[in-house]
Amino acid sequence: MNNNRSYFLISCMVFGFAFLYVPILSLIIFSFNKSKLVTVWAGFSTKWYGALLQNEQILQAAWISLRIAFVNACFAVALGTLAGFVLARLGRFRGRTLFTGMVTAPLVMPEVITGLSLLLLFVAMQDLIGWPQGRGITTITIAHITFSMAYVAVIVQSRLSSVDESVEEAALDLGARPAKVFFVITLPIIAPALVSGWLLAFTMSLDDLVIASFVSGPGSSTLPMVVFSKVRLGVSPEINALASIIVLLVSMGVIAAGYLMHRQQKIRQRDIQFAIAANK
Amino acid sequence: MAQSTRATPAQEPWNDPHAQPYIRIENVTKKFGAFVAVNNVSLNIYQNEFFCLLGGSGCGKSTLLRMLAGFDSPTSGKIYIDGTDMEGTAPYDRPVNMMFQSYALFPHMTVESNIAFGLKQDRISKTQTTQRVQDILELVQLSPFAQRRPHQLSGGQRQRVALARALVKQPKLLLLDEPLAALDKKLREETQFELVNIQEQTGVTFMVVTHDQEEAMTLSSRIGVMNAGEIVQTGTPTEIYEYPGSRFVADFIGSVNIFEGRITEDEADHVRIDSEEAGCSLYIDHGVTTTSGAKVWFAVRPEKIAISRDKSDADENCTSGTVQEIAYMGDLSIYHVELESGKRVRVTMPNLVRGVSDAITWDEQVYLSWRPSSGVVLMA
Amino acid sequence: MSRAGYVPLGERVAAGAEPLSRILWRFPPYRWCVTLLQRMGFTGRSAVIAIPYLWLLLFFLVPFAFVLKISLAEALIARPPYSSLFEWTEEAYLVIKMNVANYQFLIEDDLYWTAYLNSAKVALISTFFCLVIGYPMAYGMARADPSWRNVLLLLVILPFWTSFLLRVYAWIGILKNNGIINNILMGLGIIDEPIVMMQTNFAVYLGIVYSYLPFMILPLYANLERLDRTLLEAAADLGCRPIKAFVYITLPLSLPGIIAGSLLVFIPAVGEFVIPALLGGPDTLMIGRVLWDEFFANRDWPVASAVAIAILLLLVVPIVIFQRFQAHEAGA
Repeated sequence: MNNNRSYFLISCMVFGFAFLYVPILSLIIFSFNKSKLVTVWAGFSTKWYGALLQNEQILQAAWISLRIAFVNACFAVALGTLAGFVLARLGRFRGRTLFTGMVTAPLVMPEVITGLSLLLLFVAMQDLIGWPQGRGITTITIAHITFSMAYVAVIVQSRLSSVDESVEEAALDLGARPAKVFFVITLPIIAPALVSGWLLAFTMSLDDLVIASFVSGPGSSTLPMVVFSKVRLGVSPEINALASIIVLLVSMGVIAAGYLMHRQQKIRQRDIQFAIAANK
Repeated sequence: MAQSTRATPAQEPWNDPHAQPYIRIENVTKKFGAFVAVNNVSLNIYQNEFFCLLGGSGCGKSTLLRMLAGFDSPTSGKIYIDGTDMEGTAPYDRPVNMMFQSYALFPHMTVESNIAFGLKQDRISKTQTTQRVQDILELVQLSPFAQRRPHQLSGGQRQRVALARALVKQPKLLLLDEPLAALDKKLREETQFELVNIQEQTGVTFMVVTHDQEEAMTLSSRIGVMNAGEIVQTGTPTEIYEYPGSRFVADFIGSVNIFEGRITEDEADHVRIDSEEAGCSLYIDHGVTTTSGAKVWFAVRPEKIAISRDKSDADENCTSGTVQEIAYMGDLSIYHVELESGKRVRVTMPNLVRGVSDAITWDEQVYLSWRPSSGVVLMA
Repeated sequence: MSRAGYVPLGERVAAGAEPLSRILWRFPPYRWCVTLLQRMGFTGRSAVIAIPYLWLLLFFLVPFAFVLKISLAEALIARPPYSSLFEWTEEAYLVIKMNVANYQFLIEDDLYWTAYLNSAKVALISTFFCLVIGYPMAYGMARADPSWRNVLLLLVILPFWTSFLLRVYAWIGILKNNGIINNILMGLGIIDEPIVMMQTNFAVYLGIVYSYLPFMILPLYANLERLDRTLLEAAADLGCRPIKAFVYITLPLSLPGIIAGSLLVFIPAVGEFVIPALLGGPDTLMIGRVLWDEFFANRDWPVASAVAIAILLLLVVPIVIFQRFQAHEAGA
């Protein structure tokens, strides 16, 4: 009985993970294909990586995207941390329900709506106050901050709600003022959540096509926009090469982070055991 | 008990009408919406006291503590610490420190920096900070652990770090929220005495919140018993145990037998009570201020009742019943005796001799008796 | 912390003069905000609330007002391409010209209805398949050896971090007529003619399930991992067989995870644009794609806005449920 059940679960998991990873693997494999026909194997070659590095349009778009993603991640962490802190720590205030709504709605709001609504706002603002002048990197960044800060807020909120509030109260009690408590106690304790929030905001910005398409202007095509226009015309081995590079970078980052976390946890567990043993 | 060394008349400022209270709580009420957590509490605490707030969960004792620390502000009423009104004073500006139930140690700091944290906020010089941290670490016997992080410590060590961190600022009042609740029983007993020693050495005024009556009895110079947001009685542990003011207090601290009755004779030096429940007339050697015929209760502790097969000569304070249950606890035995009225009485007897062959056993007819000074008359 | 509200902002910020606030102070907008709020008598607490609040108000909520406004305007060939709703006449009367023609158009044209209903159908079916595939995976992960759990979790999150667009793109190479599946099947001699999979509804379902599967697994896993295993032991002890224990204990207790996961898949899937655009055919009408085309191809901003309002109407109930749910989870 029990065995049957675990066989069933294991086969489900094998199938599920294969489903998640086979497309990514196929992308990587065919990035090394000699033929321009992406899906027919014609021998090993790295020429598409060379071609990718020669492609000015893609490189320029990647540079724009990275800049936007970096600025976005920093602002999203700052604003999202405040929002998460407000939700987790400041209790009731007037308009809290609306605030909660505005923090969680961007998580599920279809991108076409967010994109369109922000564009209309920027157009109207330009009309009324003359800023932002035209659309471009600034407007894309603002749009990205708005939706990625919601993710950061949720991460920070859930991290904070698992932190004993009396730790912060203890700091107040010992004479630290609220602002100081926030910077010296709260922030260091939730630092891992801030790092993962920053990385998430960064990748979400790098990944966004729809919102950027709405609020971008001439000369501010981001990487996903360029990729999309290329992909619409059919498969291209250069895009495969690009995908492989991204997958490689992300996996290295995620695996390194996972390894560090694992090691930290092990050390911590050893310490705890040691402390218990020493007490006996 | 620890308070026995301290409860000399000279050190009982609460009995001295000229003594100035160090902490004054005046008519403090705290409401959360419609719920009244603390109801019109007034309390005076004197310097160097080890005061204990005792009560069940939800009785408002923690709310009172949080108001003293400044995390909650009273809905009405005043709190004075060393003569200063605390209204509008933030937690970080109060001469009060708190030891949290969860200890609330900063997980990202070493033991040393945890303790130094409070001194740093007061901008005390580095050399002095180091010195004071070293001294307090010695006091709580944690010097070898100064560079450890909280997760590298055992529960007892963490408790001592929390205590040291709050004490090092030399507060006017140290609040301790269930200081021993997270420790196992054996460690708790050792730590109780350590806590009393540290309080005596430092001379800081302590205020402990606890639900554990044994802890309260061992630690404190005075106890305030709280129920439903009100302080029902304050007094030394002996007063609270031997002279409870109400059925609630009598029942809350230790176990007690309570008989309902009516006063038949009310004199300055004694009262007589007729109690159907007890099945006899009760004679108590202290007077009460009430009218004859009023309904009162008589409370007597299980260890103050003698159990015997033979009827005593007196008519008063003597009743009989059948043994229903016996619990052997090792050091003592507990007898549950059912009186004719149906009332069950709890009696404890120390087991002074090993293996008594003719000990009182189940279903035996026994006589219960106590002295006129053993019990107390309660009006409420 | 939460109950602190005694000292005015200036004093607090100055007293907690930490490096970060010193750096922030160099940015004029920050300085302006702080001074303005100080003058208005705000405490530090309200400043902390106000900063993210105002941002979200301005860049999330207010834009919807503009969407509503422009959905009532007329399309013009101009910059910006819509008529203005409010006009001051010479006598200084405010004239409001409302135009409901866009909505009328949406209701009368079959195209929008089809797209509307098709989006709901596609999102619903995809959510169902995500649940069917995701639940056993999340359950298996939660029951796996603890040392494995983190690795498996990492494997679920990893695709989530890589480009969404590129992962959808990968399916083109797999599904197209001379793609991997057809090549393998024809190579093995199972089929003679390539099976048409690209530009079909099937491809859209596949793409959505594939892209949104991690969104289903993560909340389910978080829920199932927290499930107290002694409950199942208690059920077994009381004579309940594993399958029954699953139905009566695990499943009801994991309902919050199921709801959260389903909403996280359903709501964005309704407005999905990239997947139908890349994998679907010209007849795969989805409302997000219609909006995109109205906006970019027809440059009809008012109709695009009306479509956006229509999508919001469809999603308002699930979004409210989702929010209630998030608030509840956070409160618990």
